[in-house]
Amino acid sequence: MTKNTKTVLILILAVVLIAAVPLFALRGAEFGGSDDAGSVMVEEITGDEYEPWFTPVLETVIGGELPGEVESLFFCIQTGIGVGIIAFCMGRLVERKKWMKKEADGHDSN
Amino acid sequence: MKKTEKRTVALAAVFALTFGIAPAANAMHIMEGYLPVQYCVIWGILCVPFLAAGFFSIRRTINEHRKTMILLAMSGAFIFVISSLKIPSATGSCSHMTGTGLGALLFGPSAVSILGIIVLVFQAVLLAHGGLTTLGANTFSMAIAGPFVSYGVFRLLKKCRVNRRVSIFLAAALGDLFTYCVTSFQLAICYPSEAGGVGASLIKFLGVFAPTQIPLAVIEGLITVAVMIGLESYASPELKELRFIGEEK
Repeated sequence: MTKNTKTVLILILAVVLIAAVPLFALRGAEFGGSDDAGSVMVEEITGDEYEPWFTPVLETVIGGELPGEVESLFFCIQTGIGVGIIAFCMGRLVERKKWMKKEADGHDSN
Repeated sequence: MKKTEKRTVALAAVFALTFGIAPAANAMHIMEGYLPVQYCVIWGILCVPFLAAGFFSIRRTINEHRKTMILLAMSGAFIFVISSLKIPSATGSCSHMTGTGLGALLFGPSAVSILGIIVLVFQAVLLAHGGLTTLGANTFSMAIAGPFVSYGVFRLLKKCRVNRRVSIFLAAALGDLFTYCVTSFQLAICYPSEAGGVGASLIKFLGVFAPTQIPLAVIEGLITVAVMIGLESYASPELKELRFIGEEK
């Protein structure tokens, strides 16, 4: 268990390092999305500007591109939903383990 | 919780059928409107059998292993979280991970196709990220091809008796990477270069996606291992029921 905790901590540290290092190593880089890099490549191959034949539904509805702040809001909502579910379930599982241990100590069954 | 889960799955299936048969297609982050119509349709249709299999697989899980639904919910939420995080990478651009490895290892690749498409629809509709027209192609790369590779790699390594954590890491990382290879391929066949055709385009697109994605694939592998360790210590009854752990422990 303690060994597991240690492993997890090391893993998290590694993740943070891998994610953070480019930010410091490549100062001044733009960090645009690689999805967009894809569209740039499409233009390079086809030789002229590619006109997407379909605009995202939301952009049609609000009549323009989604404002950056609102986009980050939606991303946060997405993360929030996910984290909420995971935290809720994990909390249940952790509690249950405690509970099961107590029960096993008390009755010797389950 | 359980009823909602069921309803969500049903809803996702309806979505899949609607868009699978009459699709506009945007792939895992192939941008809206960037694939010619016929490719949108083809990828959409290719997804349908996998989604159907996924639907049945999830229904079986719900009926026979009700207990494990908590893990199913967590796998779905994991994809939600992971695919919303844009992470800076060594090439100076950002990309995000898929998070499909966890679900694929626990529930099999077809179940993940359903979980994945929920996320893709969310992103396509609300974020203009990916898109409805490329939904079929994106689903195929992120929610089908990636998970199948993860699952296959994990099975193979298990047979070779590789350390389990190493296998989980490799499975998740390679699945993530493969997703982007498929995306490159999908773009390449639509945009063959004048000199060199599809192959040359493929190399170009891989040149854009792969270097960015490699560090992220490593991150995804590490996170998946961390989550798996957490589950092993707290959800071992469920994991045993899924036969994920058991024999060797």
